[in-house]
Amino acid sequence: MQNEFIIEVKNLSFSRGSRQIFNNLNLTIPQGKITAIMGPSGTGKTTLLKLIAGQLQPDSGEVLVNGLNIHQLGRKKLYELRRIMGMLFQSGALLTDFSVFDNIAFPLREHTDLPDEILAPLVKMKLQAVGLRGAKDLMPSELSGGMSRRVALARAIALDPEIIFYDEPFTGQDPIALGVLVDLIKTLNQSLKLTSVVVSHDVHEIMSIADHVCILSEGKVVAADSPQALMESDNKFVDQFINGLPDGPVPFQYPANQYVDDLKIAHKDNRV
Amino acid sequence: MIKFLSNIGANMIGFIQTVGHASLFIVAIVWVLPYAIKRFGLLVKQIYFLGVLSLPIILTAGLFVGMVISLQGYNVLVDYNSEEAVGTMTALSLIRELGPVVAGLLFAGRAGSALTAEIGLMRSTEQISALEMMAVDPNRYIYAPRLAASIIVMPILSMMFIAIGIIGGYLVAVGWLGVDEGFFWSQMQAHVDWSGDVLNGVIKSVAFGVLIALVSLYQGVNAMPTSEGVSRATTKTVVHSSLGILGLDFLLTVLMF
Repeated sequence: MQNEFIIEVKNLSFSRGSRQIFNNLNLTIPQGKITAIMGPSGTGKTTLLKLIAGQLQPDSGEVLVNGLNIHQLGRKKLYELRRIMGMLFQSGALLTDFSVFDNIAFPLREHTDLPDEILAPLVKMKLQAVGLRGAKDLMPSELSGGMSRRVALARAIALDPEIIFYDEPFTGQDPIALGVLVDLIKTLNQSLKLTSVVVSHDVHEIMSIADHVCILSEGKVVAADSPQALMESDNKFVDQFINGLPDGPVPFQYPANQYVDDLKIAHKDNRV
Repeated sequence: MIKFLSNIGANMIGFIQTVGHASLFIVAIVWVLPYAIKRFGLLVKQIYFLGVLSLPIILTAGLFVGMVISLQGYNVLVDYNSEEAVGTMTALSLIRELGPVVAGLLFAGRAGSALTAEIGLMRSTEQISALEMMAVDPNRYIYAPRLAASIIVMPILSMMFIAIGIIGGYLVAVGWLGVDEGFFWSQMQAHVDWSGDVLNGVIKSVAFGVLIALVSLYQGVNAMPTSEGVSRATTKTVVHSSLGILGLDFLLTVLMF
């Protein structure tokens, strides 16, 4: 029987220098669904993706992907496991020396011995899925931000992965490109039977397509539920985050001395 | 006082961590070095990028260095009526020291800095992470071909520097200052030893090629992913490689000559 959860994060702790990013984080990602990971900037959402993909080592805890503890795998096994994963990076991360076609053909050329006459139609099919078959000969420097991400998405699905990670896919996109990406994430998830993990803080876009949402804050999961349940949540932090309220559990003011004291000091200084 | 001691301790721990980190990185790349031969296309591309594109600067510098040595040598030797030894002097200076060292310094400035900037930018634009996520090992795909290319091109560039330097020396000594052509070449042939001079010069340049590539790659991989970070890493590559070349040259000269 297949496990309901394709990814399980158990008691994960991770710190950078003296700053603790995650403290005993527990999280599950259901198979075949779109899971959104949301949270304020600097909560470590991208770091979490890198920990799940085995690009970073945690201080303690484990991440199980398909039942395998990814941080205890040898290089060969880790790279085998990565072949069932795709990642759409925030910047697109296209190889700048290669054309759009070659970028998408790259993982196929590296991992298969397909002759060019089979490889070319495969690449074109991936490009057709993201609507950029006509742009196959362009170089990455000739693409707009939205097009770059669509090409990167085509590359991420080139090896027909089971899991796909999206790192802030909507950041800096115009409304049309944003709409296209939202639609693509949903369509690809359904048609390719993927498990999608989307890191984002674009609440409305992601809530419209996610099946499951986890909200992170200060290294822990604050809430994890369906979008509908979170909309109706009476948790004050969830309410502030989803409705974009300027003040609440996350204060508007950065921690500082008493305002009155600060002004007095300034006044005294001016007089001197 | 305690703060001072704790700072020394922290710096020492930092230094040991860096040495350990660099050693692991070097071992990991050297381990997959044979893979560079398997990916012949990548290797050829790097040989072109690191070697062929460095040729103009190497040849120009070699010509002028040879001309200057010859001119300076002539001015000293002529006082002792030994100006016909200028060919030997130019050739030995270039083969034993100046060829490998100056070509190495120029290579560090031209190709080493470019390698660091390239890897640093690939890292800051997440291209290296993307390769890892596509299950492509950057050690094999990116670093090993660059190290192998550097090992191959450095002695060739060094030999070309020496050859053009000797031609420069010939033009000044024979063409301009009137040293006898026969003496120029025959003295050189008589005094330059194949294994003692030429081979040791080649060994030196191979060692410099390894050093420059490892410093450049390490700095690129560890560059902060910002424009300032890449710029600092590039500077570090040139400074560390240049000092490393001079230090290593002294060590090798002590062992060889």
